[in-house]
Amino acid sequence: MFNLPLHIAITHLLAKKKQTAIATLGVMFGISMFILMISFMTGVNDFLEETMLLATPHIRMYNEVEANRPSIVEEIFAGANHIGVVHHQKPKDEQLNLRNALQIVDVLKRDGAVYGVSPQLTSQVFYNYGPTQLNGSIAGVNILDEDKLFDLKNKMKSGTIENLLSSNNAIIMGAGLARKLNVSIGDRVLVSTPLGTTLKLKIVGTFAMGTVAIDNIRSYASLATVQKILHRDPSYITGINLKLNDLNTAKKLAAGYTRKFECKSEDWETANATILVSFTFRNILTYVVVFTLLTVAGFGIYNIMSMTINDKMKDIAILKATGFAGRDITLIFILQAVIIGVMGAILGLMLGGTLAFALSKVPFDGGEFISMDHLPVNFQLKHYFFGVVFGVLTTCLAGFLPSRRAAKIDPVEIIRG
Amino acid sequence: MNDIVLNASHITKYFHEPETFAVLKDISFEVQKGEFLSLVGKSGCGKSTLLYVLSTMDTSYEGKLALNGVEVSGKNQNELAAFRGAHIGFVFQFHYLLPEFTCIENVMIPALKLGRYSRNEVRQKALEKLDLLGVKEQAEKRASKLSGGQQQRVAIARALINDPTIIMGDEPTGNLDSTNTKIVFDILKDLSRSYKQTIITVTHDQEFARKSDRIIEMSDGHILS
Repeated sequence: MFNLPLHIAITHLLAKKKQTAIATLGVMFGISMFILMISFMTGVNDFLEETMLLATPHIRMYNEVEANRPSIVEEIFAGANHIGVVHHQKPKDEQLNLRNALQIVDVLKRDGAVYGVSPQLTSQVFYNYGPTQLNGSIAGVNILDEDKLFDLKNKMKSGTIENLLSSNNAIIMGAGLARKLNVSIGDRVLVSTPLGTTLKLKIVGTFAMGTVAIDNIRSYASLATVQKILHRDPSYITGINLKLNDLNTAKKLAAGYTRKFECKSEDWETANATILVSFTFRNILTYVVVFTLLTVAGFGIYNIMSMTINDKMKDIAILKATGFAGRDITLIFILQAVIIGVMGAILGLMLGGTLAFALSKVPFDGGEFISMDHLPVNFQLKHYFFGVVFGVLTTCLAGFLPSRRAAKIDPVEIIRG
Repeated sequence: MNDIVLNASHITKYFHEPETFAVLKDISFEVQKGEFLSLVGKSGCGKSTLLYVLSTMDTSYEGKLALNGVEVSGKNQNELAAFRGAHIGFVFQFHYLLPEFTCIENVMIPALKLGRYSRNEVRQKALEKLDLLGVKEQAEKRASKLSGGQQQRVAIARALINDPTIIMGDEPTGNLDSTNTKIVFDILKDLSRSYKQTIITVTHDQEFARKSDRIIEMSDGHILS
């Protein structure tokens, strides 16, 4: 089917190939820079968030010791005309363990929203090796559960996590801690607890999470080993770490678990409030940069279309003189804009995707503690979709506004100046 | 009266730049079907301005204008464009062809827009018009590749393509040599005689004006005769 406005639009575009190419390139660069920037910036954001979340459970359940307990005198005589004073009240010797922890773990493991559950028993300890004595912590875990949560297998610097299962009195030590103690696989360190108990543990592996706060302090051992050091029974568990299928549900679920299991459940957002603020700022920064890019690209496109139409003013007057209505003129130039916009957007996607891919291959040494070797770049379909929609819409608008001006004026004003 | 194709009554128009002054002052006249009319007068007397008002391409005037029995004053731009396409053919002083298109496309475009005939019929008609103007051989060439005289003849062919009731020309022969001027005049004359098409032209060419049916002379926004 022959379409006159389309025919005229295409003839115009083909007659000025250079101008058409430049306009298309303008759209292309705008879109490709947008794709590149948004891929990189969201890539960095996601990477940082991921790094933080790697070592952080989505929900941590533990038994909170209440510091300010009312004295028993106050409880008994509450509300009556008495004044009860207890001097030098000592805190109660409260057990830090979670009641019915193993049953809670069973329930959570059947919960559809939960990805993994790892019960643990942590304690402050001193690591003694020769004359060196270092403060740190030991976490008794079921190592396979812990691996499911934090991907320990890939964090191992030496040894394997299975070593922990096959030997008694064994620990896997944070790489930073091991370096400070100057120990390696096979060495034995003496671990002493605040209770005064000690046990000699053999190092069967070292790990690096990428966070100094963990790698310089923590060691993993089996639950039984830590229970043995602390002289506790096999049901003694101080905390449960959870990973969820959707980390955004953490806040809601944590509140529910607090009520259901009568223990403190802390979600990762609450636990990392300060870090979250920095994420918010980085996201705002991303939006500002993207908005600026889009605005600049949009104005560039508008400029080009505006010039194209100004060049064609006389032709517009002639077309109007020979029977073309304002909307026909607008249609002709919008068609040109759409063709330029679609071509530019598609080329822009290809260029942007290629550049983003190239950027993702740029080597980047994250240092010993951050496990990255390339720049983090996101590839998300929605960015590309948004790029196309934006490119085409802006171009149409950029074609529409000047052509509407041309469509409105009397042809004589153009022809006679 | 069906024979009156143009009725202008009390047409007044002001220019506002650099200061307001009346370029057309209360102009009224009628044109019969098939008449060959020449508008003459000194530069700046308002004859071209009047022609553009008559052609409906200029809408900022006072007074009433009826073309072909249709009142056109007060119609909006889009209605006027459609009206022009169907009833008026316009030849400019300069050819004003669309340079990106071939000659035949230039001639065809107004007819394709009008949509009265199929594309093949329009093409046939366009060839006939080009043949009539003696530029059939140039049909497939780009408009920008032709000589001035050829371009002007293609522009006339374009004005004729929809068989308009009225053909208007703003010095259609202003850029042509005497040979081409004579050709163009004869064609216009023939159209008014054989097809009863009304011709209204602005011209500086005394010879051209004298040979036409009727002369309207203008001075300072008035019609003298």
